[in-house]
Amino acid sequence: MTHQKSGALVYTETVVYSAPEAFVNDAPYQMAIVIRDDGSRLTCRIAGDRVAIDDRVEFVEMRDGIPYYRKAAGGN
Amino acid sequence: MRPVAVIGIGKTAFGAFPDRDLKSLAVEAGQKCIQDGHVKPSQIEAFYLGNFAGPSFTGQNHLAPYVAAGLGITGIPATRIEDACASGGSAFMHAYSAVAAGIYDVVLVSGVEKMTSQPTPRVAEILAGAGDLSGEIKVGGTFPALFAMIARRHMHQYGTKKEELAAVAVKNHANGARNPLAQMRKLITIEQALKGKPVADPLNLYDCSLVSDGAAAVLLAPLERASEFTSKPVLVAGISQTSDLLALEEKPDITTFPAVKRAGEKAYRMAGVGPADIEFAELHDCFTIAEIIALEDLGFCKKGEGGPFSAAGCTAREGTKPTNPSGGLKAKGHPVGATGVAQIADVVSQIRGEAGDMQLPRHSMGLAQNLGGSGATAVVTILKAI
Repeated sequence: MTHQKSGALVYTETVVYSAPEAFVNDAPYQMAIVIRDDGSRLTCRIAGDRVAIDDRVEFVEMRDGIPYYRKAAGGN
Repeated sequence: MRPVAVIGIGKTAFGAFPDRDLKSLAVEAGQKCIQDGHVKPSQIEAFYLGNFAGPSFTGQNHLAPYVAAGLGITGIPATRIEDACASGGSAFMHAYSAVAAGIYDVVLVSGVEKMTSQPTPRVAEILAGAGDLSGEIKVGGTFPALFAMIARRHMHQYGTKKEELAAVAVKNHANGARNPLAQMRKLITIEQALKGKPVADPLNLYDCSLVSDGAAAVLLAPLERASEFTSKPVLVAGISQTSDLLALEEKPDITTFPAVKRAGEKAYRMAGVGPADIEFAELHDCFTIAEIIALEDLGFCKKGEGGPFSAAGCTAREGTKPTNPSGGLKAKGHPVGATGVAQIADVVSQIRGEAGDMQLPRHSMGLAQNLGGSGATAVVTILKAI
């Protein structure tokens, strides 16, 4: 899949405290819209450290159909 | 196309009413409206009902004939319209179109939602159905989360501050305190608004509109017949409904709602006015950031300046552009399907000079802006004294 091959830049993000029924046990969690290196955008979850707008992120895995990204090694 | 007027309005209180069902709320608003418009039920030729998620919240479907029966107007076409949080505005637009086209003369439009019978996580899930389930919602997005991402980006691009978001909440609470039908009639300070329980960062509880039960209704007729029913008809001077992409990730710039811009431009053109001519507005403040963006998209201030414009008091009752004198969705309440119709009723009430403690000194032309989801539907209506 494309997002497994490419890095991405955080376009926007939020930390969700009040979760919907299906994700009550995950809260709080960070989600983001990232711009992948091919220019396409993707809404994903962030694993590990919190990220901010313009941070570089890299694909981690698909878990239960949800794409996870994390802060790219080597900082911003 | 012929000119169309609002000839009657009716609203229930907005709030949490455990002993009221959807039908009784819709019937109360409809009956008040029919009485206000001095119309006989037998004169009503069509019924449009704005409702977002009645079947999910209550289990009841086939809602328009169900409510029509309660109003004693069975036999006429009765249609439910769903466009997320813009369901009410969209129902109004469809009723307007039918009257303007000459298909019907007297048409009743209602909006209703009964939301408080479900626990909060379930409410969040039902509301999330207005987003894109295949992406943003699947990963854990809620409506507060989508608007939080919009707010975050707006802050990044334009330097909008949390204090400016809080100023919107403080102002709408102050206005709601004057509204006897508002759900929240409590003044708050900037400090309180900044310290609310976090919902989706940077938005906290005070940035979010309420979960509400309630209904509103308006009656439409061709202007040429309006005087048969009322001495204070209010002209629908301009109106437009537009749509846009559903998922946030598909939009090149999430700090603006192109549907609102387009609907505003078309409504201004139809009414032959510009943003400067609008004396007051009811804007769709589902979240504080949504009011700030609406101010920008409708041309009340420059792009990116909605935050400072709000913090400077320009949108307060005594400001240059009084916004949400009813308390808005934030304090008045947001029974989703009722909201667009209630906005119209509130603007009409101001124009007639019947808004009581909420009455503004300048009230001859007002605008209502109703937003669906995170911007995929917008309805803008300009109403004018005759």
